[in-house]
Amino acid sequence: MAQAAAVPTPLPVAIPLRDVAPWAVFAGVILLSLLYLVGMDQGATSLTSGGMLHEFVHDGRHLLGFPCH
Amino acid sequence: MVRSLLVRGMIAGLIAGLLYFLFAYLFGEASVDAAIAYEEQAAAAAREASNEAPLVSRGIQATIGLAAAALIYGAALGGVFALVYSAVYGRIGRLTPRETAAVLALVGFVAVIVVPFLKYPASPPASSIDGTIGSRTGLYLAMIIFSVVLAAGAILLGRRLLARFGTRNATLLAAGAYVAAAGIVGYLMPVVAETPADFPATVLYQFRLASFGGQLVLWTALGLVFGALIDGSSRRSGSRPSIDPASL
Ligand SMILES: [Zn+2]
Repeated sequence: MAQAAAVPTPLPVAIPLRDVAPWAVFAGVILLSLLYLVGMDQGATSLTSGGMLHEFVHDGRHLLGFPCH
Repeated sequence: MVRSLLVRGMIAGLIAGLLYFLFAYLFGEASVDAAIAYEEQAAAAAREASNEAPLVSRGIQATIGLAAAALIYGAALGGVFALVYSAVYGRIGRLTPRETAAVLALVGFVAVIVVPFLKYPASPPASSIDGTIGSRTGLYLAMIIFSVVLAAGAILLGRRLLARFGTRNATLLAAGAYVAAAGIVGYLMPVVAETPADFPATVLYQFRLASFGGQLVLWTALGLVFGALIDGSSRRSGSRPSIDPASL
């Protein structure tokens, strides 16, 4: 990688936080809800009824490290 | 720009989730089956075996159920990863996009998986008490949150130490501070020790090894694939990691 040093590295340009914030809030909520549904719903707390979701993703829940039975 | 990073993060997460599924299916399912066999044996011995048909068969749980969990988990985690990347890129030293993705995956794996695992490790079926699911879930989440907050604090600390100690020493000091603080928090958090005395030790060991290995596969793939996806696009559009809107 000797020739890489000869090329001046440009300074990384950060994304303004006000551009990140709306995505972090809206997408963040949806993404965390998905993680909640896979990992926890119909367990300690339940937003959906029954036990179908829990049973379907059950092996993933245990192996991914979420508390189960 | 954030949108395009988010899409790339979720694609990287789907690929990582697929690899996770293959690993978990090959190396994890045997121990899950063995734990369920232990559970049924224990229930039969206590004469409380239920006659009702299970909602979802073992065959479905071990294949498409596991795959669905892995893919949704991977995609959602990849999305969160991309959001965090958007906020930290260009703010931790002079790391390139690929380097930032790799560092973020390493820090995320340690803070979200390794440290919580050391305190509240993944547990196979029938190795916990049903009635304590509430407290176990709460403690597990609290451990993850503490660990992530401490890791973020350590990164901020490292940034402050950078000018005085240089990159290497500032990184080591920040990592040391994180390990010490996480160790204290882990020590203070309540112990969960519910594994039945006659639960097969080899099953517990194999299960936890597979669980840990699967997460290692997932986070490694996430960091590398996300790095490759954003690096290609930043090269095409010049030096900045900005992504050409026309490419989507
Ligand atoms: Zn379970």
